[in-house]
Amino acid sequence: MISQHFPILQVVLPLIAAPVIILLRNGRAAWLLATTVSWVSLIIALALLEQVSAGGVISYAIGSWPPPWGIEYRIDQVNAFLLVLVSLIAAVVSVYSRASVDAELPREQHYLFYAMFALCLAGLLGIAATGDAFNLFVFLEISSLSSYVLIALGRDRRALMAAYQYLVMGTIGATFYIIGVGLLYLMTGTLNMADMAHRLSGVAEVKPVLAALAFITVGICLKLALFPLHLWLPNAYAYAPSAVTAFLAATATKVSVYVLLRFYFSVFGASAIFLALPMGQILLVLSLAAMFIASTVAIFQSDIKRMFAYSSVAQIGYITLGISFDSATGLTAGIVHLFNHALTKGALFMLLGCFALRLGRVSFSDIGGIARVMPVTAFGIVLGGLSLIGVPGTVGFVSKWYLVLAALESGQWWIALAIVLSSLLAVVYVWRFVEVAYFHQPDAKLAKLKEARLEMLVPAWLMIAACIYFGLDAELTVSGAAQAAATLLQGVR
Amino acid sequence: MKDYLVLRVIAKMMIAFMLLFAFYVQFHGDFGPGGGFQAGVIAAAAIVFYAIIYGLPAARAVVPDRLVETMIALGVLLYAGVGVAGLLLGGNYLDYFVLHANPVEGQHRGIFWVEAGVLITVAGVMLKIFYMFAAKADNTEDGA
Repeated sequence: MISQHFPILQVVLPLIAAPVIILLRNGRAAWLLATTVSWVSLIIALALLEQVSAGGVISYAIGSWPPPWGIEYRIDQVNAFLLVLVSLIAAVVSVYSRASVDAELPREQHYLFYAMFALCLAGLLGIAATGDAFNLFVFLEISSLSSYVLIALGRDRRALMAAYQYLVMGTIGATFYIIGVGLLYLMTGTLNMADMAHRLSGVAEVKPVLAALAFITVGICLKLALFPLHLWLPNAYAYAPSAVTAFLAATATKVSVYVLLRFYFSVFGASAIFLALPMGQILLVLSLAAMFIASTVAIFQSDIKRMFAYSSVAQIGYITLGISFDSATGLTAGIVHLFNHALTKGALFMLLGCFALRLGRVSFSDIGGIARVMPVTAFGIVLGGLSLIGVPGTVGFVSKWYLVLAALESGQWWIALAIVLSSLLAVVYVWRFVEVAYFHQPDAKLAKLKEARLEMLVPAWLMIAACIYFGLDAELTVSGAAQAAATLLQGVR
Repeated sequence: MKDYLVLRVIAKMMIAFMLLFAFYVQFHGDFGPGGGFQAGVIAAAAIVFYAIIYGLPAARAVVPDRLVETMIALGVLLYAGVGVAGLLLGGNYLDYFVLHANPVEGQHRGIFWVEAGVLITVAGVMLKIFYMFAAKADNTEDGA
């Protein structure tokens, strides 16, 4: 039966696609293969989610070496949900990428772009699928190294600097993570996460374990761009090619959040993290700082991509805020926002790529009155913006609703107030776009532009439509997130 | 350094032994220190040595850029392919036990091909890095 090998095929198909693309050396064929693999990954991820919902946790022993000796791939509600998210975004972005990459990259680099895209996808899926702490590090490096290359491919020369900055920060993050894993290996003698959790219970207060927790937290928070560790993100998102920004913004930070969840709830256990240590309070303070400071910084950006990049830092704050509550509702809110924000930001960056296709770059000074020449793109950005604010009828509202619920449930009504207040900051920066795009007169150069290519608009609008659909009918996403949260909270306490 | 007769003659003799030593390290990896990574570096070093003595164009004629890029991809593909072979023969991914009727022999066979993949990719990446740096040095010399 092929379906029993789905956990490994999920990761290995894009991994094999990458060298095949290099051998093909042809941009068109490379695109076709990368797109096919992304869609097949999506089908496999959906099948895995189905299998997990029906039959519980799937364990797959690589090389038939039984866990905990061999590497185990372990799929439960949490990572099945994430696998669907990552492969869904990859599938949509891969369709979109053809026209965008044609416009933004020189021809001879096309096949290398798709090879890196496939590698990055393999890395992200691998992080999600594996149940082995060291194997996770390997995939973290695969996805990181390929994303440095993808960012450096941006046509702005500052992209190189941005990629270098991300490389330095990302490497520090990965190094901290591996130091943490090393300490855990020292204490438990195992790298298998489930086995590690089992052996850690009872020794959670030992100094090396605490040091491991600190290293892993800081390392992963660097990768997920939690507020004071986010400095690499705005430049990386702003100068990367449009398709890359859309893909990374919707997946890379989300996968890192998953790693944090996995270590907090499944390896260390929620009680060790939140009762014995003030991790909840630390996360809470940093999340609030991200929500307010990053949103405020976003208001003053002149480059629209940078503005939405800072907005991403703020939105990650909402996700970690949900985690900091250490409750089923809070965790559900965090996970549902992880999904919802991926949809919203993916759509927004794809639509900004449509502007970039016609304009070259997207700063506020260039797009005055652009809604008259590119009405479909501009309206899509407005809808995505509404979702960032959290207007009812969009996915943003669903996330914030559950966040407020979680805040009230924990008796901290002032956090609920802070969530609403920080949303007002999002109103300001989204309104700035509306004002420039709709209420300015297009200049002569702009008036000659045409609407973006259909093959870019359709995938982008598909994501916007998903933002509205899951905003009106949140049953699927919220129940998925709630099950994932329940699975996480079942971990060692 | 093309004009130094001694260097050229010695290099010609040495390179064959360097490549032979690379294969020794590769195939002796089962029983002693060594394996695909080290062997790949040594094999690449032989070509780099050739490039230093006979010049970059000569090395590029022997191992062209295109071949280097193919090597990088081919090695990874070989490694992953061994995993898929395990899958097709009824085991899990990277299952070497099923590669031969005798499981121990199967492990040997799996590692043999995996190490071959590592050798090819490592040698390719090493040469790619060398070519890129060397091309840059050539450009600056022309500019000066």
